[in-house]
Amino acid sequence: MSTETARPGALALLVKYNIYLMLAVLIIASAALSEHFLTLQNLYNLLRQLAPLALVSVGMLLVVLTGGIDLSVGSVAAIGGMSVAMAMPALPFDGGFALLICVAGAVAFGAALGAVNGLLVAGFGMASFVATLAMMTMARGLAYMLSNGQPVRFPRELPTAQILTTFGSKGLPGLGTPWPVVAALVIVALFIFLLRRTSWGRLTVATGSNETAVRLAGLPGGRYKFLAYAICGGLSALAGIFVTARTAVGTPVTGVGLELDAIAACVIGGALLSGGKGTVVNTMIGVLILGLIGNIMNLMSVPAYPQQIIKGLIIIFAVLLQGVGARANRRV
Amino acid sequence: MDRLDMRAISKEFGGIAALRGAGFSARAGEVHALMGENGAGKSTLMKILAGAYDHQGGEIRIDGAPVAIHSPQDAIGKGISVIYQEFSLARHLSVAENILIKQLGRRVLVDRKAMRARAAELLAGMGFADIDPDQVVGGLPVAYQQVVEICKALSRDCSILVLDEPTAVLTTHEAEKLFTLVRKLRERGVCIIYISHRLDEIFALCDRVTVLKDGATVGTWDTAALDHDRLTSLMIGRDLSDFFPPRQAEIGPVALEVRGLSAPQVHDVSFTVRKGEVLGIGGLVGSGRTEALRALFGADPRSAGEVLLHGRAIRIRNPGDAVRAGIGLLPEDRKQQGVLLNLPILTNAMLTAVNANLGPLGLLRPRAERAAAQALREELQLKAASLEAEVGTLSGGNQQKVALMKWLVSGSDVLLLDEPTRGVDVGAKVEIYRVINELAAKGAAVVVVSSEMIELIGLCDRVLVMRAGRVAGELLGPGLTEERIIELAMGRAHVH
Repeated sequence: MSTETARPGALALLVKYNIYLMLAVLIIASAALSEHFLTLQNLYNLLRQLAPLALVSVGMLLVVLTGGIDLSVGSVAAIGGMSVAMAMPALPFDGGFALLICVAGAVAFGAALGAVNGLLVAGFGMASFVATLAMMTMARGLAYMLSNGQPVRFPRELPTAQILTTFGSKGLPGLGTPWPVVAALVIVALFIFLLRRTSWGRLTVATGSNETAVRLAGLPGGRYKFLAYAICGGLSALAGIFVTARTAVGTPVTGVGLELDAIAACVIGGALLSGGKGTVVNTMIGVLILGLIGNIMNLMSVPAYPQQIIKGLIIIFAVLLQGVGARANRRV
Repeated sequence: MDRLDMRAISKEFGGIAALRGAGFSARAGEVHALMGENGAGKSTLMKILAGAYDHQGGEIRIDGAPVAIHSPQDAIGKGISVIYQEFSLARHLSVAENILIKQLGRRVLVDRKAMRARAAELLAGMGFADIDPDQVVGGLPVAYQQVVEICKALSRDCSILVLDEPTAVLTTHEAEKLFTLVRKLRERGVCIIYISHRLDEIFALCDRVTVLKDGATVGTWDTAALDHDRLTSLMIGRDLSDFFPPRQAEIGPVALEVRGLSAPQVHDVSFTVRKGEVLGIGGLVGSGRTEALRALFGADPRSAGEVLLHGRAIRIRNPGDAVRAGIGLLPEDRKQQGVLLNLPILTNAMLTAVNANLGPLGLLRPRAERAAAQALREELQLKAASLEAEVGTLSGGNQQKVALMKWLVSGSDVLLLDEPTRGVDVGAKVEIYRVINELAAKGAAVVVVSSEMIELIGLCDRVLVMRAGRVAGELLGPGLTEERIIELAMGRAHVH
């Protein structure tokens, strides 16, 4: 009578490693479809463009791990990119130290905006969707107000700006790996380590899994939620700075829709939107998958509108595959 | 002819057999008990009947005809209703909407008046006319939520009703009402499959008993032909006298003293617990037992009261204060409050220790954590594939052991255990009793809230009975009897 039999073989493996498989398939397909794909130039360009999304996705993952969502990341990124562009010429001194101050200030501003999200969610019990939706609107409005809606240009010959644009356009001597990619890798590695090896990481995940149980173990669950939003804000601002470094201009339209790509990266990477489950490594694979989809279609000259449809279909496909494993033995 | 006949049912999960040719048959107008330890296969068998799982071998017959049940809709269509321990109620909808939820889905427009009347009629028919059909279900006590769940089944004219541990959340009084209802349903010819870990209920209510062990049927007996000891030994192959092994705990000085504790639903509660002592707290559900523990632990605000630990007054403003002072709480709702279901055993066990015992640079020490968790796993005889196993995959008893682990790790010497054996099978119960005894023997002061008489009497040195938020009395020694507990809990001299 039975229609299903337990088959722990091929299907289970496919489900377990589906995102790695999907990444491999995309890489092979890209290489087969376009001879330009496997050139170092193309790969470096792709990764350079993905660096901001990688940073934002790490921040988003932290929030998602606590069971929340942050819609304000794109707007905060815009503010981060613009603040640096505006602050550099305004500082009375030039050079690397000036840049450091600009970047630190912009990241702190982003973290402060994220902290407001965190306060509303963890302190006042507001739904994260609502709190960060409000912040998304407000921060975007602020970004437009900062420059009356105009892009903020800065003098290229300014020594501070030169360091920033060199960071954005050049790479490691010899290898040529773009600096933003190197920086993103370092930050990603840092968060992989922090989540695995510190009590902060452990308890952030635990809070997302069951906040009540964490509080009844005598631990301040709300604090971990708050921190997740603040860190996410800081990382978003840094992502905006990366964009400014690459394009040499701070624009208020930076990061429109970025929150959706970041959420998609987390979800493709297997993170549970209800919290308590997800890893940085898999989220980065999600980022790569999203980036490859765009890249392959650009190389094949697929117009922009169909691209969005295909991207959506691939997200659905990835999440459906993950669901197969969970549903194999459960129907209710 | 048998109403329900399940024959030679087999089911595997990932290569591990949960059922190997289990089966039984039950008649119309019969209350048929399904017994066995957790893991024996009762729940799997019932989930197959409910269409939640497919089976790999065997067949199901209803009134002699083979039927195919591949989905919950199939099962409901054949008159089968299963009431699980975890209810499937829409918490934000009203009682009436929940009971008649199927009709809700079928109509475009909702006739609220008619729905309310129909729901009120069903509730009154069960003897629960005091439940307001307009009340939102999430606001009802758990006991009443169950009544709503049963009414939901009745509204679908079910002819086979499975009750999975229905009394686990009920007070003695409420359970009596449920029994009356079950008997009424039996007279109407409903075939009732009754799962419970409480032997008293089986003998009071059930006509026949089928015992499962390790995924296979041991046999079916008339209840009248069995007694407690025989039934228990059929289930676990062990004697009842092993249930409450004698404790060699030396009772020492007072460890915890609570004076005049008041909080919502708790009025002027005072008590003491000594080192090495197990203090029981009995009383009806809603008598303020859980609320008193939570207020004491700092999980809920309190309006008055003093807490003295080892003779010194301490301030507990939140659970963090309580934990630092050495107090641990095992909450009543294990899955919602006690454990992190989708995380590994290791994370759960080390929850309270995560900020202590950090290595250089404030990093976690995986190897030390693993060793500590492994030691606890052996001490508590936790049955799990590995320390990486998600807690949600464990049985109720093993989940409770995991919830306890964090208090053993933190070295808490005052333990507040709220219904520590709820929804736990016989074998695991005995093990939890053993752990409690050992903790007391090591000098811990233990407070156990329980709705099970036999637990209060067998496990505790002293029992406090609460009624309507106050301490109604204290029982110990020869005065600690089931009758006295019920008298104090109900506030009258004679019950039954």
